[in-house]
Amino acid sequence: MSASWANKRGVGAGAMLVWVGLALLPLIGFISENTSFDYYMYMGQSMLIYAIAVLGLNLLIGFNGQISLGHSAFFALGAYTTAILMNFGGWPYWATLPVAAVVCFLAGLAFGFPALKLEGHYLALATFTLAIAMPQLLKYKAIAGWTGGVGGVLLEKPDPPEWTGLSADQFLYYLCLFCAMILFWLVFNLLRGRSGRAIMAIRDHTMAAGTMGIDIARYKTVAFGTSAGITGIAGALSAITVAYVAPDSFTLQLSISFLVGLVVGGIASLPGCLIGGAFIVLVQNSAQSISDWMKGTFALRYDVPAWAIYGVLLLALMYVLPDGIAGGFARIRAWWTTRGRREAQ
Amino acid sequence: MDFFIQQIASGLTSGAIYACVALGLVMIYVSTDHINFAQGEMAMFATYLAWAMINAGVPYWVAFGLTIAVAFFGGLLIQRVILKPLEHAPVLALVVCFIALLSIFNAIAGMIWSYTIKQFPSPFPSHDLFGNGLVSVQQLGVVGVTLVMLGFLTVFFRFTTLGLAMRAAAQNPASARLMGVRVAWMLALGWGLAAAIGAIAGMLVAPIVFLDPNMMNGILVYGFASALVGGIGNPLGAVAGGFIVGVLENLVGSYVIGNELKLSFALVVVVGVLLLKPAGLFGRVIVRRV
Repeated sequence: MSASWANKRGVGAGAMLVWVGLALLPLIGFISENTSFDYYMYMGQSMLIYAIAVLGLNLLIGFNGQISLGHSAFFALGAYTTAILMNFGGWPYWATLPVAAVVCFLAGLAFGFPALKLEGHYLALATFTLAIAMPQLLKYKAIAGWTGGVGGVLLEKPDPPEWTGLSADQFLYYLCLFCAMILFWLVFNLLRGRSGRAIMAIRDHTMAAGTMGIDIARYKTVAFGTSAGITGIAGALSAITVAYVAPDSFTLQLSISFLVGLVVGGIASLPGCLIGGAFIVLVQNSAQSISDWMKGTFALRYDVPAWAIYGVLLLALMYVLPDGIAGGFARIRAWWTTRGRREAQ
Repeated sequence: MDFFIQQIASGLTSGAIYACVALGLVMIYVSTDHINFAQGEMAMFATYLAWAMINAGVPYWVAFGLTIAVAFFGGLLIQRVILKPLEHAPVLALVVCFIALLSIFNAIAGMIWSYTIKQFPSPFPSHDLFGNGLVSVQQLGVVGVTLVMLGFLTVFFRFTTLGLAMRAAAQNPASARLMGVRVAWMLALGWGLAAAIGAIAGMLVAPIVFLDPNMMNGILVYGFASALVGGIGNPLGAVAGGFIVGVLENLVGSYVIGNELKLSFALVVVVGVLLLKPAGLFGRVIVRRV
């Protein structure tokens, strides 16, 4: 897991190109006759939201080496913070985002303290339990007045400002893109600096990092909090774009899909988070057609559910491409750039 | 008072099931140091196999035995085929692998048998033991099966050569290998046993909670809690932990926090034990050499 990109000054031209490309996408809607264009925009929003959630998880797992299976809980916390503020406080949607981030950051800090004493499998176990318990906690009767209990909370989709001339989904896409760009930029800068080096040193060799004078407890809890905060913003965005929150959408499965995005995109890779986010949504949306194709090709009697595809992919990637798609690209590039030297030998 | 006794009895019943799940986890933990997140889904899948057999007209106890055998070989196969190549992989790769197994089993069960809940027969009659409405034969049967299994395991590990070889492989793989123990196969055997024990847990719990692909989610969490309370490397501790957690869960659920927050109770137990007494009640404190 090298971090050569972290030594570069500023954001690379490639990254700029990707963001500009993503920003231009909604404009296709003005020339396209496709009636389902708004649906594609909705998919784009989901992809960006998942990318942000995976970014949060990657900061923790990929860069700091703390395994969490409980990020669905922080995603839920962010979503519910936004929903409650919008529904009961009458807050505008944009004002709820920073609040959701702070609430989740504090929750992450609170969970990060006990997590300090846990390593590897044990931390995975504790966060796994958190993910399983969360839907039940959200349904709890005493807070049902706020959370809507099993039924959840229905919200109103925000209207785009008139002057933009955008449709609601195009506008929300830009909202997600804006948040994603800010967060990726923040994480990029965080990792390039002194804190980032400390965070990664803890991952690579905790004890050596401690001997070098790095305050392990502080960096680990802050990494946990920041990670939870970022995932919480993703949750808040999902509440705004879906305009609905319900306890049963925040199950262990959600945590697993973040993990899928992380592993497929690439552990400890920032571009990998975007790839992973897009991948999760693509598989979810095309599960039916993949299933039909497999039924036809392999003469299966049953539908193949998305979760089976996820599972098999996770296993396969652990064997052939442990550093994900982004890692695969990096390896191809390394092979390509060193070809001259290899031939000379 | 009657209500209290009923709660204790049903607590011991669920405790017996948690003990089985915890035992399965401990089997894998002592031999490989891994926490198997797929333990619950493996048990669920085995229970579906039993259900399919019983539906096809196989008598209950025959189906029970066959399922245990199939689960045993299934567990063996998973270790040999899927986990063996990842022997020296980092923790993250293993956790990802277990999570992958979890989703695969869950998805395949849902795909073959659908997500509608099914009734699973119980071999024990549900009427009262003494006719006073306190303890049912069903509850006694569940506890009985667990204790029989525990006795069988104790005999196996204490008095058979194979059991001794397994203990040796878990305690000191290098020396065991020098003594001619096939350590890799002992690990596979541990997985087989864990899967078989899990299958028993699944078949015991299915008549109580009904059979569906997500039935083991909560129970696995209690299994974790039980294994941790007892000390995750200790089989007897796991069983004791199971009963402790089962009874506590029922008492706390009915007297303190209500049934809706029972899972959060498991969360509190897990985090609490890991923080305050990571070795559990009966576990050894692990000292790491630097």
